[in-house]
Amino acid sequence: MKITKAQVEHVANLARLSLTDEEKESMTKDMEMILEFADQINAYEIKDVNATANVMPINNVFREDVVIPSMDREKLIGNAASTANGCFSVPKVVE
Amino acid sequence: MKSVAELAKQLKAKEISSVEVARDYLKRISEVDNLVEAYLLVNEDRVLEAAQAVDAKRMAGETLSMLAGVPISIKDNICTDGVRTTCASKMLENFVPPYDATVISKIKKNDMIMLGKLNMDEFAMGSSTENSAFKITKNPWNLNYVPGGSSGGSAAAVAALMTPLALGSDTGGSIRQPASYCGVVGLKPTYGRVSRYGLIAFASSLDQIGPLANSVEDVALALNVIGGHDQLDSTSAPVGMEDFTENLDNDIKGKRIGLPKEFFGEGISDEVKEAVLNAAKEYEKLGAIVEEVSFDLSNLSLPAYYLISSAEASSNLARYDGIKYGYRTENFDSLLALYKNTRDEGFGKEVKRRIMLGTYALSSGYYDAYYKKAQQVRTLIMEEFNELFKTYDALLTPTSPTTAFGIGAKTDNPVEMYLTDICTVPINIAGVPAISLNCGFDSKGLPIGMQLIGKAFDESTILNLAYQYEQYATYEKRNITIG
Repeated sequence: MKITKAQVEHVANLARLSLTDEEKESMTKDMEMILEFADQINAYEIKDVNATANVMPINNVFREDVVIPSMDREKLIGNAASTANGCFSVPKVVE
Repeated sequence: MKSVAELAKQLKAKEISSVEVARDYLKRISEVDNLVEAYLLVNEDRVLEAAQAVDAKRMAGETLSMLAGVPISIKDNICTDGVRTTCASKMLENFVPPYDATVISKIKKNDMIMLGKLNMDEFAMGSSTENSAFKITKNPWNLNYVPGGSSGGSAAAVAALMTPLALGSDTGGSIRQPASYCGVVGLKPTYGRVSRYGLIAFASSLDQIGPLANSVEDVALALNVIGGHDQLDSTSAPVGMEDFTENLDNDIKGKRIGLPKEFFGEGISDEVKEAVLNAAKEYEKLGAIVEEVSFDLSNLSLPAYYLISSAEASSNLARYDGIKYGYRTENFDSLLALYKNTRDEGFGKEVKRRIMLGTYALSSGYYDAYYKKAQQVRTLIMEEFNELFKTYDALLTPTSPTTAFGIGAKTDNPVEMYLTDICTVPINIAGVPAISLNCGFDSKGLPIGMQLIGKAFDESTILNLAYQYEQYATYEKRNITIG
């Protein structure tokens, strides 16, 4: 299974990973090896089989619409690298 | 070495105090963990404070739970309020959870004493604990060998008698394989049996928290504490709890055990094969009916697993962006650069590999060929297990194709590392329960594990079968000396 550097760069961009040139090279080799291994499922013909996303056949798990205390805000944002006025502080997104 | 059951009894009878027990284990940790390196965090003061509080309650005449005062150690991907939880990753090196996982709430409610947090492969991705960003845990039976992974710290701590009980997590074999390599008992409950709330997610349709201990009874006692439906986990099974120690000593005459021949063929070491087949003979002596069966899809399980788990991981690990918690790069000139550099610097090699594989498998043009196909394979694997369980009460296989391997022996080739999961992975795909326990030692003195697989929510049967072997079968037992 051949993987090109362009494909690696495309996937890395989707995954929000900035790979170094060295990493791109080793990732290309690794991905080829792993995809060849994963490709074994394509050697097996599968017809008329539903895809199962989760073994547990439960859906739409709801709770009663009852208000209960939220977690403490200070505690919740306590792990952030940068906060301001009780909010997460981020680089400018919109010009 | 006291079992959880014995400790609980002695604590209740006030023959020993919780502080004495805690001190014993802290002493043991200080004596051998510099060699084994299972722990990422041990806070002595907190441990003794908790133990004192339990002793005070008991002295005041309060009725306490069965396991009150018994120590337990926790894999470092389970959130502990106010106590650093790292997933053995630079990404969460300084993360202090603002809440307890449900299993931790239950442990606290039962007045158990948390000794510390245990080392693991980064974000639970790995089979040797060599992917930890902080340290490599050693196999207590031979310090040049891996303890297995990703719950290597959990298995090693139990085997080295640094804790009577540990919690691990299992997505593709991460409780059972290290349990097998370290000669301890490890259980992956049915998917949905134990709440995932507070378990830092790897693959949401596969992850389960489970106990490791030195005996089957101890593991059953632990399951009694951590199991049960949880409103906070919408994938938690709406099934009732039972006492998992109740049926341990039931007679197993007439129980039907299947041996899937594909798990005893190519790739499985001769010593492992021999030990597990000997165990099968012991089961026959105990009155069980043991028959060879076929598990046709065994060779598709591993590729399907790596596609499903990597795809889910790529989604679950998208949250690590340096904003709300975790590592943030200092090197950025835009929001995109902040994300990309944070993630490239914060994640280790194996984690990045899996994120890349998962992203690729889900991306446009490849989704049908990889992810969707793997989900179809999941349906087929579930059906195959269901068919086998119409006739058989349990299946018996080796836990891993070999015993523990040397540190550094499999780090060059990712696929070689993945192959160590070949016996454990189908179980996660189907969501059924499985337990690993020791059935002998190889010529190097390393433990050999066997795996019992059961029907969904039938932990009781595999615990019963495991207990009967442990108590009444003939097999080699050894005491451990470290270093």
